[in-house]
Amino acid sequence: MTGRGEGKFFRIAVLAILAVMAFGAIAAPLLSPYDPSELHLEGGLEGPSRSHPLGQDKLGRDVLSGILHGGRVSLTVGVLVVGISLLIGSAIGFISGWMGGWVDELIMRIVDILLAFPGILLAIALTGVLGPSLKNVIFALCILGWVGFARLVRGEVLSIKERPYITSAKVIGASPTRIALKHVFPNLVGPLAVQATFSVAATVLAESSLSFLGLGPQNVPTWGAILSEGVDYLIFAPHLALFPGLAIMITVLAINTLGDDLRERFDPVEARRRG
Amino acid sequence: MIRRRLLMLIPTVLGVVTLVFAFIHLVPGDPVDVMLGETANVSDKAALRTELGLDRTVPAQYAAYISGLTTGDMGRSFAYRKPVAELIVARLPATLELAGLSLVIALLVAVPIGVVTAVKKGTLTDRVGLTVSMVGVSMPNFWLGPLLIMFFSIKLGVLPVSGRDGFASLILPAITLGTGLAAILSRMLRSSLLDVMGAQYLQAARARGVSEARVIWVHALRNAALPVITILGLQLGSLFSGAIITEAVFAWPGIGTLLLTAIQSRDYPLVQGCVLVISLGYVAANLLADLAYRWADPRVRK
Repeated sequence: MTGRGEGKFFRIAVLAILAVMAFGAIAAPLLSPYDPSELHLEGGLEGPSRSHPLGQDKLGRDVLSGILHGGRVSLTVGVLVVGISLLIGSAIGFISGWMGGWVDELIMRIVDILLAFPGILLAIALTGVLGPSLKNVIFALCILGWVGFARLVRGEVLSIKERPYITSAKVIGASPTRIALKHVFPNLVGPLAVQATFSVAATVLAESSLSFLGLGPQNVPTWGAILSEGVDYLIFAPHLALFPGLAIMITVLAINTLGDDLRERFDPVEARRRG
Repeated sequence: MIRRRLLMLIPTVLGVVTLVFAFIHLVPGDPVDVMLGETANVSDKAALRTELGLDRTVPAQYAAYISGLTTGDMGRSFAYRKPVAELIVARLPATLELAGLSLVIALLVAVPIGVVTAVKKGTLTDRVGLTVSMVGVSMPNFWLGPLLIMFFSIKLGVLPVSGRDGFASLILPAITLGTGLAAILSRMLRSSLLDVMGAQYLQAARARGVSEARVIWVHALRNAALPVITILGLQLGSLFSGAIITEAVFAWPGIGTLLLTAIQSRDYPLVQGCVLVISLGYVAANLLADLAYRWADPRVRK
């Protein structure tokens, strides 16, 4: 995306942002000036002040503490969902491509069905029906998440399955698991890393969307939920919508930029084209 | 080719219908208890159970659901006491209006940005364009919406905050929904243009004395648009699901807000209906994009 010198600067800036976000999420209980659920009713909807740098919500809860704790939720969901999806999706993709025949056909039809639900609609419907909770959010997002990884791995398996080195590995009696680990996945480390990075960004955005709609984890502060309350008070308390939204955007933007950067490293053709 | 494409849709559509049918069986516990509350009286519960068909076996419910759908019957809304289909049809125009204008805005913004960043590849303009579009991709529409309201409705007072009352009320929701799509499309168009930029037919056109503007805007753009059409079909998904969130921000009375109120009031037949209609609409939009692609590319048209 950028020239060499600037590229390096950019990369460091992005990594620094991500490090700060991750540190804020992990150390939230130590860094938060207040308990995020502690009520200060007399300070309801107060804007930023010395004692509450990002202001207070309707019930006087400290927004900075809420955002720090909300980051824990978002990043936990992002990393867990992508981790689970990566494992399950890669395994299913390998089985699909390796076995071929009706197994492949069946798995691909299931993929088609899941892709027929636009964006996070299925996650909205599933959390809506199952009830809003952290567990259900993770479950619903994994249902969407594995598909991308499965398609990526299946494509790679199909393209190398008939190559001589795979056939010879088969002849000398290598098991499918060995072939998967020794011959297929090493080729895929780059593309999977790129896909996983973009997936974390998409998952953070999806979790925030669900929380915004009231379908996210309950009884913990989330970026989406704080922002949702802020929408009701745009005139009197714009800070309430401003700061959590900024947190979401900076996080997603930093992860997406990292993904772009990884793609350039792993995909020289793309990199050349992008200049 | 087209026939094969249509045949491939059958298992997908059937799968979508089956999954949506299964929703009510995913409800933890007894859906009737969840809908009415456990303290409701026994005869009310029995009546609702019959209305939802839950007193029959699952295969019988499934058969009834499918045969209902073939006649456009999606069941009755429990909260509104009206047929689900009627409620959805009433809300559909608002959503189509919103999605339609968002698409127009996205194209109007994406095409110039895509072309300019491709032509000026590697320059400052390109970098600014790429950065702006990355911000657009990462901007949650439930944040962009409130920001636009703060500026245009509250500070300047020129556009309505929410609701659906004339064209003015459509502008902010449509910008909110169109921004993400514009950002993605401009990036796609840029890479697609860069792919065709060195092609010989462009050199040939230049050699014939065709102006540079015409080379870019007519010859190159026409060929670069092809892959973008396919991507556009897939990206309509973000438009469809984004509409749900955008409608929630602006209290826009479309199918998205209908779905959200249905979820809140545990009106499962209505939830099923909304999800089904949105997904099938998306499947149809994808099919249209696919057909448009075949129509636009003589090589595929054969």
